[in-house]
Amino acid sequence: MKDETIICRCEDVTWGEIRQALEKGYTTLDEIKRVTRAGMGRCQGTTCRRIILREIAKFCHKSIEEVTIPTFRPPTKPVKLGTLAGDDDD
Amino acid sequence: MTMIKRASVVIIGGGIIGCSIAYNLAKMGCKNIILLEKNSLASGATGRCGAGIRQQFGTEMNCILARESIKIFENLSQELDYDIELNQGGYLMLAYTEKEVNQFKKNVALEQSLGIDVRYITVKKAKEIVPPLNTEGVLAATFCPTDGHANPFNTNFAYAEAAQRLGVKIYNFTEVREIKTENNRIVSVSTDKGEVLTPIVINAAGGYSGEIGKMAGVEIPVYSQRHQILITEPVDPLFKPMLMSFSRNFYCQQTPHGSIIMGFGDPDEPKGHDIGTSWQFARDMAQKMTAVVPLLKEVSMVRQWSGLYNMSPDSQPIVGEHPQVNGFYMAVGFSGHGFMLAPVASRLMAELILKGKTSIPIDRLDIGRFERGELIIEPSVV
Repeated sequence: MKDETIICRCEDVTWGEIRQALEKGYTTLDEIKRVTRAGMGRCQGTTCRRIILREIAKFCHKSIEEVTIPTFRPPTKPVKLGTLAGDDDD
Repeated sequence: MTMIKRASVVIIGGGIIGCSIAYNLAKMGCKNIILLEKNSLASGATGRCGAGIRQQFGTEMNCILARESIKIFENLSQELDYDIELNQGGYLMLAYTEKEVNQFKKNVALEQSLGIDVRYITVKKAKEIVPPLNTEGVLAATFCPTDGHANPFNTNFAYAEAAQRLGVKIYNFTEVREIKTENNRIVSVSTDKGEVLTPIVINAAGGYSGEIGKMAGVEIPVYSQRHQILITEPVDPLFKPMLMSFSRNFYCQQTPHGSIIMGFGDPDEPKGHDIGTSWQFARDMAQKMTAVVPLLKEVSMVRQWSGLYNMSPDSQPIVGEHPQVNGFYMAVGFSGHGFMLAPVASRLMAELILKGKTSIPIDRLDIGRFERGELIIEPSVV
């Protein structure tokens, strides 16, 4: 994979940035998210999470199942604040 | 990384407080420092916080500490060689009640007397600073243009990496199990990765600082409380300052990245370590903020989460050595202001440990103030 390849399309994070984070010792998805913003954009990692998990596994010589998955944070899809504000049932 | 056998200082907690203390100690020449983090850096309150930085407080202590912290923040990207994304768009504090108007006048007088560039302004002026603001119900406002925001992750990692370059060893995913004392003196820390002998332990464990205190055999009068927060998709610049109200209970800021971050403190939130999220919060938050900035109705929330405030009885931090346990230092109870106060608090903590005195007097932030009844009540907390 080339350094210029975009891994997180929402936040414009390249493979080069993720590779550098891995090499610095940030080897969990949560850390990579916090260092690079990968997975923090509009799609919340739906696109890039699997690629990053695979690369962490490769880098750490682990299987994908052994890599810790970050906390799922609601909502599943973006919701307009106006829609949220108008919702009055508990 | 295998645990070393002996350290001159063991710091517990890899948030902004622990990492900045590690950096300042190392910068002042202290060797053989280790930092223990049970999860990964910035995984607790720092990585979850709103990351606002303000100097508008109601006590002299908080004003002075915040003023000095801003000065450090202003040069921090350069000092640590890492862009912390400092953005000084100011804080616009909105008064909705007469009581608040009076408190703000007092706060501004105090802040100005301490050299903080803050002003009491009319509603019209507030609207000029934040054009999309709905001024309904707003009686007055205060504005400090040098207040602002920084990226909490970058700031945390910046301190951690700078500390590591100065020789600090950071152990992630390492949980403290026991702190041993002998004759009221710290002797060692046991973790799930091994034991390390040390004469000094610094409790920088944020939401778990009370639990760390118990391991050292002391009661620290702090408790943790969940605070929820949400963030929107990035949008074009809508407003620069942090918007804040105590009576309406909200804070809201657009980051340089374009996303808008907002939160409020639920007065009925129970004490504890819950860091879950609720739909009620998202709804209430959306109702609050779309009323204040109606344009926000069209902006989408993409994520919500929560973190822990570590509250002290007077909402001021506890900084200093425990009087009954030699070598047990605390930098805890920041009550929601840990991120903004970290640069100065960490420098003072390093001075206290290495020189025995601090360049800004913080004797009154000692744990003894609660027994003496000398609380420093901060009126301006969300």
